[in-house]
Amino acid sequence: MRIVFKTDYMQDIRPWKDSFQLTMYLILLVIVAAAPWLLDDFYLGELTNVLIWAIAGLGLMILTGHTGQVSLGHAAFLAFGCYANVILIEAGVPFLIAFPLAGILTGIAGVTVAIPALRLHGIYLAIFTMALSILMDDVIVLAEPITGGVAGKYLGGVEIFGHLVDRWATPDQFFWLVLIVAIFVTLGYINLLRAPLGRSFIAVRDSEVSAQAMGVDVAKTKTLSFALSCAVTGWAGALMGLYAGAFNNETFSVIISIQLLMMIVIGGLGSIHGAFLGAIVIGFLPQFLSISKEYVAAAFGGNTVAIPGLEFGIFGAILICFILFEPMGMYGRWLKIRTWFELFPFYRKDMFKRQKSYLKTERLR
Amino acid sequence: MSMLEFENVTLKFGGLTAVNDLSFEVQEGEVFAIVGPNGAGKSTVFNLISRFYDPYAGSIRFDGHDLLQVKPSGVAEYGVARTFQNIELFEHATVLQNLLVGRHRHRKTNLVSEILFTPSARRQELENREKVEEIIDFLDLQAFRDKMISGLPYGVRKVVEVARALATDPKLLLLDEPASGLSVEETTDMRWWIDDIRRQMGITVLMVEHDMGLVSGVSDRVLAMADGAKLALGTPAEVQSHPAVVEAYLGKAS
Ligand SMILES: Nc1ncnc2c1ncn2[C@@H]1O[C@H](COP(=O)(O)OP(=O)(O)O)[C@@H](O)[C@H]1O
Ligand SMILES: [Mg+2]
Repeated sequence: MRIVFKTDYMQDIRPWKDSFQLTMYLILLVIVAAAPWLLDDFYLGELTNVLIWAIAGLGLMILTGHTGQVSLGHAAFLAFGCYANVILIEAGVPFLIAFPLAGILTGIAGVTVAIPALRLHGIYLAIFTMALSILMDDVIVLAEPITGGVAGKYLGGVEIFGHLVDRWATPDQFFWLVLIVAIFVTLGYINLLRAPLGRSFIAVRDSEVSAQAMGVDVAKTKTLSFALSCAVTGWAGALMGLYAGAFNNETFSVIISIQLLMMIVIGGLGSIHGAFLGAIVIGFLPQFLSISKEYVAAAFGGNTVAIPGLEFGIFGAILICFILFEPMGMYGRWLKIRTWFELFPFYRKDMFKRQKSYLKTERLR
Repeated sequence: MSMLEFENVTLKFGGLTAVNDLSFEVQEGEVFAIVGPNGAGKSTVFNLISRFYDPYAGSIRFDGHDLLQVKPSGVAEYGVARTFQNIELFEHATVLQNLLVGRHRHRKTNLVSEILFTPSARRQELENREKVEEIIDFLDLQAFRDKMISGLPYGVRKVVEVARALATDPKLLLLDEPASGLSVEETTDMRWWIDDIRRQMGITVLMVEHDMGLVSGVSDRVLAMADGAKLALGTPAEVQSHPAVVEAYLGKAS
């Protein structure tokens, strides 16, 4: 067990616990950044996909994991960001301006959604946002002159300083582009969490009444959370568009919304790690399944049969297991395992047990 | 000078009159206690000050401001902090983070400077920590500072809630049953802390409490309530011997 002695306040403010932890993260970053030399194009593409999903997960994590507002409609914001980016580029705006702008516009769209959603809690908010996701599908079809409708749109790479960055032609560059966005978003997120705004998100999530009593304006905080969440999701959407190349109204269906929410629940709500861990599961599950199907087929001598919906079904089963057995997600499980090793042999079974909490209705009496 | 003024305040929940034409004033620098049987409307008085409910009639003033003109989050900005009877901490955050939320009303940074964590954001965080660390020392919470609330025992949570309220640097501190559920030793600690909060920090305290030992030990004046209305107001000794109070607590002598 490493014991960290605290000798000055900056130790709490710095995002890393000690130099050991910082070194580990830097090593991880170097390995990931070197992926184009370590992996073939297929797996590099998969890793790129995982990173894009992680960015989308970070976006939803801000709103759901840290502010406690469930959204089943984030595919709508993925779509918004994707279309905004492409439409701006088609209008001649250079990518380096179009891309940030796409996120900001999505953030603004998020605010307009947040305002009617402020009064909604829990399941009602989930239904409201889900309706939004379904509506977005129709809007894309109806707004054909701008969005290309059912036929969709196609974008063959983007130019950065006269240099082509494309998923197929230059997969290395595209990977680094996504990695840089992921790093920026993660750093911004870390900063937010160690500053008043991030803490006010957590406050609103855990107790709106006492957040208010501490001077946190709940409506304003939720609106800001929506804005930031949607902006990040918009960027992920723009990258998804570039990754897919061609996309239409069905690319960002409500299923994607659900998948995104499942992903951060499995990864672990309320942690940055959770978004990445969840993205790894969602990104590599299809590969894992197809490989294991081949093994099964080889073992039993049958030929590989496609079972429709298998992936989503297994994903759902994993989700149910997590909700029943590990509501804190993969990151929560990891923390427990780590604590077990650190405290060995003193770990107590009830160490992470929650105390009695009151029903919301009896809280104020 | 009176710091908090209730003037003929009435609040109804449907047919139930939770606070009935209540008037009282809390003077700057005093410890003022509200006592009364369960359901007397004591917590409702606190919730009215926090602006969770709009009164049906009457006015509430704090430090010369009309409280009824501000939104709930504005009350803290005037310098009113509170605890809750049923403990309302941020469960999935550490003690330190909880106290830092208490610093929210002193926030000078904005979205952009926080995301970039500019030197001014860093400076603000250092100041916040200095202040919070003082309170952690004052209430002996060092051992728990990095612990999650969800794993803390009840007695510690009570203290963390007081600490979070103090972190806001309030002028008026509202304590809703600070000693309920505490052991005898913990109650004694709470008693000295309340004394120090008033004497050393110069904070005015308004508290709801059932423990008459604690009430008469620390408070200058006591308001006794029943069914939302005032029964008696005066020194602890006066109120305890007041006929109406004796009757409310012990029932009518037949
Ligand atoms: N939000 C509410 N809705 C309806 N009735 C309430 C509400 N809050 C309190 N009451 C009622 O008002 C009365 C006073 O409650 P309260 O102020 O909590 O009493 P106490 O003096 O024990 O703190 C009680 O009868 C309680 O049931
Ligand atoms: Mg009460």
